[in-house]
Amino acid sequence: MSKHHVTTTINGEPMEFLCEAQQTLLDVLRDELHLTGSKEGCGSGDCGACSVILDGKVVCSCLMLGVEAEGRTVTTVEGVARGDHLHPVQQKFLEHAALQCGFCTPGFIVAAKALLDENKNPTEEETRYWLAGNLCRCTGYDKIIRAVLDAAAVMRGEASA
Amino acid sequence: MPRVSYTAPATVDEAVKALASAAGLAKVLSGGTDLLVQLKSGRVKPDLIVDTKRIPGLIGIREEAGHFVIGAATPGVMISADARLEHAFPGVVEGVDLIGSQQIQGRASIAGNLCNGSPAADSVPPVIAAKGTAIVAGPNGRREVPVENIVTGPGRTSLAKGELVVEFRLPKPKSRQAGAYLRFIPRTEMDIAVVGCAVDVTLDAGGTCTDARVVLGAVAPTQLIVADAAKALIGHKLDAATLAALDAAAQKACKPISDKRGTIEYRTKIAGVLARRAAAIAFERAAARA
Repeated sequence: MSKHHVTTTINGEPMEFLCEAQQTLLDVLRDELHLTGSKEGCGSGDCGACSVILDGKVVCSCLMLGVEAEGRTVTTVEGVARGDHLHPVQQKFLEHAALQCGFCTPGFIVAAKALLDENKNPTEEETRYWLAGNLCRCTGYDKIIRAVLDAAAVMRGEASA
Repeated sequence: MPRVSYTAPATVDEAVKALASAAGLAKVLSGGTDLLVQLKSGRVKPDLIVDTKRIPGLIGIREEAGHFVIGAATPGVMISADARLEHAFPGVVEGVDLIGSQQIQGRASIAGNLCNGSPAADSVPPVIAAKGTAIVAGPNGRREVPVENIVTGPGRTSLAKGELVVEFRLPKPKSRQAGAYLRFIPRTEMDIAVVGCAVDVTLDAGGTCTDARVVLGAVAPTQLIVADAAKALIGHKLDAATLAALDAAAQKACKPISDKRGTIEYRTKIAGVLARRAAAIAFERAAARA
């Protein structure tokens, strides 16, 4: 079976890749493009470790085929920082110690960025519901929620980076 | 995942042709949030995947003279963000919004939720309650089908080979008509309905119900339109006697299974409770539209 040639934009860069139809976007990111930040936790859309932003909306890259990325814009955790300058969500995850083993962290960072791109001032409840599709078995979530709310305040200019 | 072929047609006719001429099993791909899970588990083994999202109109919402049209593959995030739909069909938006996480909402569609054939599909009862129809395209042209006639059993639909749902039509609500959808799960998020209930009512100026539909989910092999529950509402205001009759009719219609989410007795009881609560919300919304 011939491979599909896909032209897409990943983390702001035009990108082309070859993939088989049954390869998920997550497979392509990790195995073909060596962007291994996105993780496979469950492979069934329950854990959010593979979260990426597709044309502005957070989705599970394990539940999407690589070929579906044709002409679309994808942001992975590798595209969240600007060079050496961490995104406020990343900075606050460090400050609040919002991670332990780190496996879920890329998905949380991506999902939280998508939230703050859309809603500059989310409530704690909105933040918790938004991140309900991201599972963390280490932190108990509270530090993650504090980090995201603090990052939102930084991005609004109401708290120090 | 096993090998499969993929095509992303640019027109409905091409999609029909691809589905109809496929040698083995062909599956329609909308958001893929059920299909990819089934591919990975090996539960479905298609030879061909037909991605409908490149077809103009399959993603999008438009208002026409007597109804709203929702493209079959329109993701939940687009439906929830549409103020016109939120106003006209709050029950439908509630049902869609309950499906999965934010990540799932970014992709999951009503057509996928419907054609996956789960008795617990959250978007289906409110669409049926709103008298929604599906436009089905196939080798013999297009037909308009009441949404309740699509699913025939768990995982099964009435669609023939080569057919696909291309859009849904929701008739615009009359004055003092509104719907509501409630789902019961034992937690606050990220679970599958133990019971779901959609109620759609039309009231007169005095608050008496003149038309109603009550639809239950997850208590039978398919979604159930409970005619006796609607009868309990029509001609009545929402007083204690009406609520009791509604509760009894909803419970009587249930044919649930016992599983890890709930027993037959539990699901039956909850169906009555949800019917009462959803009716109260629908009546309040309808009255507020006067």
